[in-house]
This record gives sequence, C-alpha cells and structure tokens, in this order.
Amino acid sequence: VEEGSAKEKSNLAGVRHILLVLSGKGGVGKSTISTELALSLRHSGKKVGILDVDLSGPSIPCMFRVQDNDVHQCDSGWVPVFVDQDKSISLMSIGFLLEKPDDAVVWRGPKKNALIKQFVADVAWGDLDFLIVDTPPGTSDEHISTVEALRPYKPLGAILVTTPQAVSVGDVRRELTFCKKTGLRVLGIVENMSGFVCPHCSECTNIFSKGGGEELAKHAGVPFLGCVPLDPQLSQSLEEGRDFIQEFPKSSAFPALTHIAQQILDGTSQRSS
Amino acid sequence: MVLSGKGGVGKSTFSAILAHGLAADEAKQVALLDIDICGPSIPKMMGLEGEQVSEYSNYVEENLGVMSVGFLLSSPDDAVIWRGPKKNGLIKQFLRDVDWGEIDYLIVDTPPGTSDEHLSIVQYLSAAHIDGAVIITTPQEVSLQDVRKEINFCHKVKLPVIGVVENMSGFICPKCKNCRILTLIFLLSQNESQIFPPTTGGAEKMCQNLNVSLLGKVPLDPQIGKSCDKGQSFLSEAPESPATLSYRNIIQSKSDNHSAKASSQLAALLFRTFIYCRSMLFCHK
Repeated sequence: VEEGSAKEKSNLAGVRHILLVLSGKGGVGKSTISTELALSLRHSGKKVGILDVDLSGPSIPCMFRVQDNDVHQCDSGWVPVFVDQDKSISLMSIGFLLEKPDDAVVWRGPKKNALIKQFVADVAWGDLDFLIVDTPPGTSDEHISTVEALRPYKPLGAILVTTPQAVSVGDVRRELTFCKKTGLRVLGIVENMSGFVCPHCSECTNIFSKGGGEELAKHAGVPFLGCVPLDPQLSQSLEEGRDFIQEFPKSSAFPALTHIAQQILDGTSQRSS
Repeated sequence: MVLSGKGGVGKSTFSAILAHGLAADEAKQVALLDIDICGPSIPKMMGLEGEQVSEYSNYVEENLGVMSVGFLLSSPDDAVIWRGPKKNGLIKQFLRDVDWGEIDYLIVDTPPGTSDEHLSIVQYLSAAHIDGAVIITTPQEVSLQDVRKEINFCHKVKLPVIGVVENMSGFICPKCKNCRILTLIFLLSQNESQIFPPTTGGAEKMCQNLNVSLLGKVPLDPQIGKSCDKGQSFLSEAPESPATLSYRNIIQSKSDNHSAKASSQLAALLFRTFIYCRSMLFCHK
C-alpha cells in the first residue's frame, strides 16, 4: 500500500494546478471550454494536460483529432497522448483505450470509479502547469470519485459551464451545490452559446436567450468569467481538430475564450505571489 | 424511450413535445417519466416546477402525467449527489410505486450516456415490453460519435431503435428570413447557417451506415428554447394553427396497434408535424 501511495504522489507531483470543468447539464460545452482553455494556456507558454473522465461519451480525443492514438505503458504508468511534437498538450481519455471508436462503455458505477482512480494515479503526466479535468454532466459517480481521488492534490477549483437558458442554469445551480458540499472552490461560471451573429446580415440572435449565466454568478456570489458566443468557426475547428486560438484570432468567440484563460492565469499568479 | 449518448442535444425537449402531441388525443393516457436523476429538466419544461409529489404523478393535463426527481427536491438548488445503486433504487420506485393508472404511452426521458440509469430502466421494463428508443443527436461528429455508442448500447441490450432525430440542424436568422421559410426548413439553403457543421455527413450518413431510420431534422429555433423555459406547450400556444389540427389528425388516424412498426410510423409523422409546427411559429412572429 505504501508503495502505491508513493507512486501516486510522484505521478501528479509535477502538476502545479488542477482545474475541473463541470456542468450539471450536458452538451453545454464542457469539452469545448476544456479544449480551448488548454489551447489558450499553451498560447501563453504553459504546459497543459487534459484528463477526460467522461467514460460513456469521451469527446476530447475527437476535438484534438487524435482519436486513433493508443496509450502506451512506461515504468511510471500510462503515457498520455501528446497532441504535438513539443508535448505541450497531453491527453488521457477512455477514448484511447477502446478497440473500436463506436464501442459503448456500458458500465455501472463501481467500474467507472475504478478506472477514474487509475486515471488519477497511474498516468505519467510529467511536469505540467495545468491539468484540466473534463467531466461528464451530472453530480454522480464520476464526479464524486474524481473529487475524492484529487483531494490530496488540492485542486485549484472548478469552472462551471452553462448555456443561457433557464433549463440549463437550473442544472448548474445543482452543480454549485455539489461544489459547496464537496468543498470544491468555484473559480467562476462561463456562459457558452450566448447569442449567434448571422453571417449573412450580422444580426445577433440570442438562440438560447441571454444572461442566465451572469445572473446565476451574481446570485451565487461567484465570479463570472464571460460569455462565449455561438461561432460556426469554433465548432468547425473543433470538428476538424484544429487550433482555433491560433487560426481564428478575429472570430467572435476568440476574445471571450482568451479572456477566460487570462483570468485563470491571473488567479494562479495572485495565489502564488 | 428517448436516448442520446450526448448531453444537451434535446432529449427532454423532444420528450416534452412528444408527450404533448400524444396527449392531444383525449382518449389516450400518456405518462412522461424523467429518469435524469442529477439534472431533471422535465418539470421546468412542463411548467410544473415547484410542484411536490403525493403517491400520484403530477398532471399537466387530465391525460398527461409526469414524474421526475425534480418533484422530490425541496429547493431548485438541491443537488442529488448519488452513486449508482441509489439511483437504481429510485428508478425502481418510480416504476413500481407511482400510481400511473392505465396508460397507453409511457415516454421515458433519460440522462446522457450508457450507464446505471439506462441499464436499470431497460432491465426493469423488460417485462413490460419496450416499443423502442428514439435517439437524438446534433449534426457534429463529436455528438454523432457518442450517438453511435448509444446505438451499440441498444443492440447490446436488445432495445429496438425506432429511429434517429437530428436536432439543431441549422439556424434560420429571424431577420433575413423570407417567405421561402417553409422550403428553407426542408432544403438546406444558403440563408441557413450551419452553427454545428455536419463535417462527416451528419445523422443522415450515420443512419445509412448503421442501418437505422432517420426520423427528421429540426432546425434551431429561439422560440422553442423560450417555450421550454416557460414550460408552455407549442400546441396550446398556437391553437388555431393548422399544425395543432394536423397533430390531432395524425394521432386519430393512427391505428391502435402498439407494434414497433406502428410506433415508428407515428414517430415519423409526429416529427414531420413538429417541424411544420415550428415553421408556423416562425411565420406568426
């Protein structure tokens, strides 16, 4: 047992900050925000890892276009999948462990918990400035296990993602309660898919209404990190696994995304100084 | 049963509209069961937020009953932080202890994924014979990838797939739309912007590859999100629209046959009306 815990320490010992991306609601953009946050942080010269604990619907491998890669074993554990030659972004997801990409992971809680524990303990991340943990929707097995497994490493906190509709904000309120109950600090709320600018007539339409995230942040007394508009260029580049931050600095979602990353960076430098 | 591997693609929206559509026939008893334990959306969409349960389900209309974990929570901030076994217990209770009465249709709205809730509901309902599953997706590959897993799940647990619905298929700008709107909805035209681009051919191609039927494509519509937030029904919002009448016609003309084939036809018809209904709302605005 002692040997095991010592090994655990060494695998996350080189990770400086751990962030969780959470939302009670599905499809609001947790993986998108995780991906873009990682790309923005890399843009500022940071080394970033993403741990995808969404076991029944992993999206991270697809968003980086590395879904065909496999995980290899080394002395200290599993080698994460690197996005580029410089190894500036490394990923771990159940998507890399499946034989066929369409395989369904039909697991009940205990099996999922065991894999998450392994993901936390056995991945050889090496030195990272940030480890971003992308989660499935809800407040259940995966979340409880992840928070429990990460507790010894004192995660920096959680970013909550919502879309502006009341239906989504309602689920995120429950997620806030989850954070409170498990003692996880809320770094802030991101409102995604907030408004769409028609490329034909540049009229802005609030497809999913507006302001729900900001209101919730005010109501709950947590920071509001910003609104990310619906941007066809953003979803396109995620589909193709391209670096949105590098390629579309003029798009409508760009300033919002980099602003979020900047606030996270400011938060960590304040903390360490 | 309404399923999707992906979250936020419109499972609850579809379930709510289907329930309203089926309940338009007063002779039919419809029940809507929400087994998304951690993120129940149905109470809000049906306009039942804040209601509490007795041992009966809550009724939106006389013949439309609803049950959700949302009714058991004392405040909208309450989080249900449960692991699998507790969730399964509650689902079992929903099926066994809720006095549903005699019902013609039971629509089950599920959380995203292929885990405890899904296994349990299929298992508990296996004796009752499930007609099948409607699977919802959005056009992006990221979403289709999860939906393929869901279809594999259905094969594994021997749940027939009634068909796939592609939601958020495009968006028609309310400012530069014109009277071509009806055709615009059915044919992707230039005025329609692809917010979620179908880079790998969308649901259509996936359905061909996996040999399941595509029930329809639904464009993004700001109105639908608003109706859901307010808990209103589309149909009662525009009672004079031909859409409401055709909903009734479809449900009347449908045979009382409960075979999977009949219900798949029904679902396809409902979907066509649903799309029509939304386009009417556009014109009314």
